[in-house]
Amino acid sequence: MSDVMIKLENVTYKYESNENEGVVALNGINLSINKGEFVVILGHNGSGKSTLAKLINALIVPTSGKVYVNGMDTQDEENIWHIRRTAGMVFQNPDNQLVATIVEEDVAFGPENLGIHPKEIRKRVNEALTAVEMEEYKDYAPHLLSGGQKQRIAIAGVLAMKPECIILDEPTAMLDPSGRKEVINTIKKLNREENKTIVHITHYMDEAVEADRVIVMEKGNIILEGTPKTVFSQVEKVKQIGLDVPQVTELAYMLRKEGIDIPQNILTIEELVSAL
Amino acid sequence: MLKNITIGQYFPGNTVIHKLDPRIKIIITLLFIISLFIIDNFLPYLFVSIFIFTSIFISKVPFKFILKGLKPLFFIILITFIINVFMTKGEILFEIGPLDVTKEGLKLATFMALRLIFLIIGTSLLTLTTSPISLTDGIERLLNPFKRIGVPAHELAMMMTIALRFIPTLLEETDKIMKAQMARGADFESGNVLKRAKSLVPLLVPLFISAFRRADELALAMEARCYRGGENRTRMKQLILSRRDYIALGISILLLGLIIVDRLL
Repeated sequence: MSDVMIKLENVTYKYESNENEGVVALNGINLSINKGEFVVILGHNGSGKSTLAKLINALIVPTSGKVYVNGMDTQDEENIWHIRRTAGMVFQNPDNQLVATIVEEDVAFGPENLGIHPKEIRKRVNEALTAVEMEEYKDYAPHLLSGGQKQRIAIAGVLAMKPECIILDEPTAMLDPSGRKEVINTIKKLNREENKTIVHITHYMDEAVEADRVIVMEKGNIILEGTPKTVFSQVEKVKQIGLDVPQVTELAYMLRKEGIDIPQNILTIEELVSAL
Repeated sequence: MLKNITIGQYFPGNTVIHKLDPRIKIIITLLFIISLFIIDNFLPYLFVSIFIFTSIFISKVPFKFILKGLKPLFFIILITFIINVFMTKGEILFEIGPLDVTKEGLKLATFMALRLIFLIIGTSLLTLTTSPISLTDGIERLLNPFKRIGVPAHELAMMMTIALRFIPTLLEETDKIMKAQMARGADFESGNVLKRAKSLVPLLVPLFISAFRRADELALAMEARCYRGGENRTRMKQLILSRRDYIALGISILLLGLIIVDRLL
C-alpha cells in the first residue's frame, strides 16, 4: 500500500441540466492527499468543494477523470461499499444525517449496515462515543442535543465504521461559535491521536490555520495550495477571490502596510504578540 | 406551543412489565384481544379484569393515565352502548317514547361496552409500557418470518424509526415557520374553520419543501454510511427471551385457555 489516501486525476464533473450545456462544478482537478494528512479545502458556495467531497465518497462519479480512494477506483461499482467505509463522510446539517431516535443506536447504524457482529458493534459504539467525548449522552434523543453535540454524534457514527479517512463537508456551517469549537477540537484530536486522514471543507478561515495543507478552490479549479502560512501570506490574492484571511493575519497585513516591520506569515495571536 | 407534544404515550419505568421483550408484549396483547372476542358471558370478564388490573398494578402506571386513554373513545363507547340498548329485541323492561329497552339489550350493551373498555385498556398498557423504539423493533422481528411472502418488515420498521426521529425536528420547524409567518402578519387564530384552514397554506408549503429537502439529504447520508436495505444487516441490540418472558406468555395463554374452556362449557 502506498501512502496516498485520495488521488484525483484530471477530474471534471458536470451537473446535467435540461436548459443548457450543464454546469461545470469541477474543471480538471488534480489532487493527492496523503495518509494521516489534515487538509482544509476553502472556497465560496459553488466553488465545487462539496462536489469534491461527494466524489471522494463515491456518492457521485466523475464525468471524466479518475478518483482513487486508497487505490480503489470510485467508478467501479464493486468498490463502492469499501470506499464508503474507508472514507467516511460528515454532512453540513446535523439534523439531516442522524437516523435513529437514540444516540447510541445512531452511532451503531453504520456498523449495523456493514453486518458486523453485535458484540463488536457495541464495542465500537462505546469507543466512538468516547473519542468524541459524548459517552454520557448515549441514551439521549438526538433532538435534545445542541448542534455541536449532534455533529459530534455524526462524527462518532462515521468513526464506528473505522474509516481511515474522514471527509467533513462544512460540518460547522450551521453551528454557533461554541459548537464550532467543539467540532474542530474533535476533528483535530482524531487527526493527531487516531491518525485519521482529514479532509475538512469549510469557509471559516480560522479553521484552516492548524491544517497541514490548505487548498483554495474557485469556480471548479484549485487556485491556491500549500501550508496555511504560504497560502495566507498571499493576502491580496486571497482577498481578490473574495475570501478572508484569519483576523490576526489581516491585522498583521495592515500593520505591515503602515510600515511596521513584522513577518508576512503570521497566523495566530501568539505569533503576532512575539513578533511585536 | 408545540414543544410539549410527546411521541406516543410511553410512561418510563423499570418494572417487570416494562422489561418484558417487546415481541412477547405484542403477542400477549394480541392474545388478550382474541380472548376478549371469544368471551360470550360475564363471568370470564372477572379473569380478564384480574389479569389486566394486576398488570397495571405491577407496571406502576398511574391509573389516571389509563383513564386518559379511554377519554377520547368515551363517545364511541357511549354510542355503542345506546345503539345496543335500543336495537336489541327481547323481553321489554320499559319504554322511552317509541324506543323499547329490553333486558337482552341492556345485557348486550353492557357486554359490548366492557369489551371495548378492556380492549382500550389492554392496548394502552402496551404503548404505555413500551417505548416507541422497542415497539418498532418488536414489530420488525415479529414480521421477519413473513419476509418470504413479501412483507417488507425491515422497510416498515425503518420508516417508523425515521418518522419517530423526525417528528420532533419537524415540529420545531413548524413552530419556526409559524413564528416567521406571524412576524409578517399571518393570522392563524381568527376566522371560521375554512378561513383557518386556508391560513395554514403558507405554513404547510414551506414545511413540505423542507421535509423533502431533509429526506434527500438523509438518503444521501444513509448511503454514505453504507446503508443498502435490510440484507446482511446486523443489529447492535439483540432481543433475547428470558424466563420472565416465558412466564408472562404462559400466563396469557392460560387466560386464553380458561376463556376458551368457559365458552365451550
